[in-house]
Amino acid sequence: MAALEELEQAYAQAQADPSFQAELDSLLRDYVGRPTPLYFAARLTEKLGGAKIYLKREDLLHTGAHKINNCIGQGLLARRMGKKRIIAETGAGQHGVATATVCALLGLECVVYMGSEDMARQELNVYRMRLLGAEVRGVDSGSRTLKDAINEAMRDWVTNVRTTYYLLGSALGSHPYPTIVRDFQRVISRESRQQILEKEGRLPNAIIACVGGGSNAIGAFYEFIPDKEVCLIGVEAGGRGPKLGDHAARFNGGIPGVLQGTYSYVLQDEAGQIALTHSVSAGLDYASVGPEHAMLHDSGRATYTSATDQAALEATVTLSRTEGILPALESAHAVAECIRLAPTLPQHDILIVNISGRGDKDMGILCRELKLKGAAD
Amino acid sequence: MPIRFDSRPDSKPGLVAYLTVGDPDLPTTRAIALAAIDAGADVLELGVPFSDPLADGPVIQRASQRAVEKGTTLSDVLTLAADLRRERPQAGLIIFSYFNPVLRYGLERFCAAAKEAGVDGVLITDMIVEEADEYLALLRRYQLAPIFLAAPTSPDERLKRIAQVSQGFVYAISRTGITGTRTQIADDAEQLVTRLRKFTQLPIALGFGISNADHVATVAGFADAAVIGSAIVAIIENSTREEAPSSIARFIEGLRPSPALAR
Repeated sequence: MAALEELEQAYAQAQADPSFQAELDSLLRDYVGRPTPLYFAARLTEKLGGAKIYLKREDLLHTGAHKINNCIGQGLLARRMGKKRIIAETGAGQHGVATATVCALLGLECVVYMGSEDMARQELNVYRMRLLGAEVRGVDSGSRTLKDAINEAMRDWVTNVRTTYYLLGSALGSHPYPTIVRDFQRVISRESRQQILEKEGRLPNAIIACVGGGSNAIGAFYEFIPDKEVCLIGVEAGGRGPKLGDHAARFNGGIPGVLQGTYSYVLQDEAGQIALTHSVSAGLDYASVGPEHAMLHDSGRATYTSATDQAALEATVTLSRTEGILPALESAHAVAECIRLAPTLPQHDILIVNISGRGDKDMGILCRELKLKGAAD
Repeated sequence: MPIRFDSRPDSKPGLVAYLTVGDPDLPTTRAIALAAIDAGADVLELGVPFSDPLADGPVIQRASQRAVEKGTTLSDVLTLAADLRRERPQAGLIIFSYFNPVLRYGLERFCAAAKEAGVDGVLITDMIVEEADEYLALLRRYQLAPIFLAAPTSPDERLKRIAQVSQGFVYAISRTGITGTRTQIADDAEQLVTRLRKFTQLPIALGFGISNADHVATVAGFADAAVIGSAIVAIIENSTREEAPSSIARFIEGLRPSPALAR
């Protein structure tokens, strides 16, 4: 608790400090590559024959995903607090890479916890983290994926709390993390709201984003929350099917529970044990969801649907071949929902799809699943 | 019944023994529990196994995993508690759990069942005083002692709050970190207990990392009871079902000086 209170106070001070914001803005611009484009996907729109589709290109950020928005912010905060050692959990590895990147930038020690199953399916990111100077610790307990990495990161944090800053990667965990992460990600919707008004002179009909822990989605939604006519659509991992253990759709199969310091929707069995989850995308493969999303769900402000592994894979191919953009498997879930929804909407409607990351890290999985190796290979 | 640490002549410090219920199976846990009480444990913490024990080190993690895989539920733990209560009316019985299994069961339903079973107290690892209003109200209504964890990193204000709402005893954590045995008790431990004493008359039990008679003797110097968890769970892990109860009994007997040597 003391560590969380210390963090909350430090964050409040940083927010009130114009020089903190100035340094953050400068790094977001010159180092990370903000603002990201809001791109009108003309060919995709034509192919689907319905609403106009805009893509918010978080995949164009340094390190290839939205994770860095949060890592830069929290990295500066950690440095401000005098912490020299940073730990993080990672699912697909994008948050781990972004953390390692920021630690290299700021000269901080970095340890990343990653489930051993995730290390195998997202190898490229493991190598990147090591090249950037981070120590990657594999976690073999439980399901060997994100929740187990979080358990281990939390264990490290409570043990080393005096010297160590826990750089949590998504809009989860105990307060103040969900707030902090949301605040560092809201730049996504601050930009896209401005950009769509410039390009179209009006607000979109809907924002679509994939939801794992919930950071890219809350970032993509946040500045639109007061705009009641804008629908907010979160897309969870539908995995292999609706049976518990085959997916990670917390709003479609989960109930309120407490996991890792947060009260939110959790996939669990009748005894309250946390369920195993599945998604082809490591970043969505998590049994709980950010509490702010739970609130948006319960209030009806946002709706949460899901896309299966199969639909996400097909969406990856479609976006690659129609627009030359290779989305991360996580983001492909949002694209899949767009592919389903756009044709049902009139042509004057506008959709913004958050492309939270690029898919280079997924080439191993894509190669296997889509049988990309030709006969000559 | 109230939790007492002074029911025996050679009773300093009190001993609290933690067991992961269902590891290796329910009948063995029952036999171990009885053996532990007879060997001198004043209080038993009946640990409800959970899939994500993030405050626990590898020993208890593994035990929890085994017990979860066996299908051990909160209901099983309550049934065991009732059985132990009948068999050993004087022993203190605490249900020790993460919050989610209790939440899933239903907090009030759990309190009613725990009271019915004769449980004395409840310790929810991830229940913090700051958010415990409903929890405290229910435990009080069902006369269950709420037990909280106090950490060395907690400032005095927080320790005071914990002391104010606790009943039974206050569980002081001997060091920052997770459960697991260590070679020495950290310096933090005595300081924490000293600070807590300013705010409470309740017995203070010290836990995390206590695994042998030397540790226990050190604890006796400043706290009222020692909590032994991972050391017990590790012995069980390394014993056969048949040997485990007597191994635990010997271990517990060895933790306090024998009457002949006591001052």
